[in-house]
Amino acid sequence: MTRVGVVGWGVYIPRYRIRTEEVARLWGDDPQRIADVYLVNEKSVEALDEDAVTIAVEAARIALRRAGVSRERVGAVYVGTESKPYAVKPIASILIDALGLRNDILAVDMEFACKAGGDGLAAIAGLVEAGRVEYGIAVGVDTSQGEPGEHLDYSASSGGAALVVGRDGVAAELEAMYAYASDTPDFWRRDGSPYPMHGEGFTGEPAYFRHIIEAVRGLVSKYGYKPADFTYAVFHQPNGRFPLRVASALGIPMDRVKPGIVVTHIGNTYNASALIGFARVLEMAKPGDRILLVTYGSGAGSDAFVFRVTDVITERQRAPAPAVEHMLRNKVYVDYAQYLKMRKMIKLLE
Amino acid sequence: MRHESVPMYWRNIPQYYRLVAKRCRQCGAVYFPPALRCRCGSAELEDYDELPHEGRLVEYTVLYQVGTDFLKQKPLIVGLVELNGGVRAVGQIVDAQPDRLAPGTRVELVFRRVAVDGRHGLIMYGYKFRPVQP
Ligand SMILES: [Zn+2]
Repeated sequence: MTRVGVVGWGVYIPRYRIRTEEVARLWGDDPQRIADVYLVNEKSVEALDEDAVTIAVEAARIALRRAGVSRERVGAVYVGTESKPYAVKPIASILIDALGLRNDILAVDMEFACKAGGDGLAAIAGLVEAGRVEYGIAVGVDTSQGEPGEHLDYSASSGGAALVVGRDGVAAELEAMYAYASDTPDFWRRDGSPYPMHGEGFTGEPAYFRHIIEAVRGLVSKYGYKPADFTYAVFHQPNGRFPLRVASALGIPMDRVKPGIVVTHIGNTYNASALIGFARVLEMAKPGDRILLVTYGSGAGSDAFVFRVTDVITERQRAPAPAVEHMLRNKVYVDYAQYLKMRKMIKLLE
Repeated sequence: MRHESVPMYWRNIPQYYRLVAKRCRQCGAVYFPPALRCRCGSAELEDYDELPHEGRLVEYTVLYQVGTDFLKQKPLIVGLVELNGGVRAVGQIVDAQPDRLAPGTRVELVFRRVAVDGRHGLIMYGYKFRPVQP
């Protein structure tokens, strides 16, 4: 029997984009300096009638179509987000009815800043390995918040990624997994606060870099990998610089990291950030390739996964489902006023 | 503001979320929105959960006078869509510019917010259509 792994993937990126220079124009920043610092040229913006729920549904529909798995065989759906439209009312149960899944399945919403989407993947892999479910869908989705004019305004964006995980028809086998977490106050949002806060100058070394590096070092030493074993390495992408820097600290060459970097084109989609990069890499991978996927969530923790691509990958790449490249290419630019309206940030009488 | 009631929305979830239709057990005719009785006279209709999610725009109209739920979404594009296979459905057309639409435009089903009951009430989701990007 083959190993548990990814059977299909689906990404949904809303069609609208705002350019870094448009945000900088409004707030009086030097657009070139901002683009150089964050390596983000533009970011995705959800439409007025989109939110984390609608984006999760679209990504999961595409993932199921690509996987070719019938709805009746799905036994679990996990959604990781920090942009729930409801403080109390799950997204996972909406997914059941929007996708037409069975009602007698496990449906769970999870929160760990930007890491919960990947945690769903870990949870489902365990359920499949234990033989409790045949397939599960893990979704990472966000319409991430950033205070207007603050530095997150240049990167916080919207998108979703879904993975169908199972044992039958696996395109990328899960070979190994390693996790690392600690109480690190790098970024948080209190209940009822519209925008997150962050420990200025504290988001790098003790947070993003420490947790990712410890997770990858732990994985490498426990399972005996070398950096050269990874054909691709995909990291969580709060900006374009961090994944390149963490790769260089780990001795992973730049050309293995760059294919999975999408933040430059769509911004930081939080729970979908690493997973969209992973999906993009799956769309160019060949049988036998090894992919390192490393998520990161503030507060703080990191999960490192290693996947081994199987022969099934070519069939999945050809499946009649929209590719990440297609989503990256199809875009409509909006100005800052439209952006505020679409992101529901204009205060209306209701 | 008057919204559809919560029980009414809940009852229509399969239809709103994924185009669940009714199919006649006698003659096989498919009805969307779901009907109670078939043209053939039979009242034996079963749920049909397999309507295609793609089709073509038959006709559309652009609305500037809209109900209170849609005041902030003007102009509203409403279209008649013929799904692959021939069943027709009416729905909002989104991610589209009115002057770029025409009868025959290929569209796909999307899942969107339809109405939001103020700041504290229910968010009502449902299907809409958008042009397929080549
Ligand atoms: Zn009939």
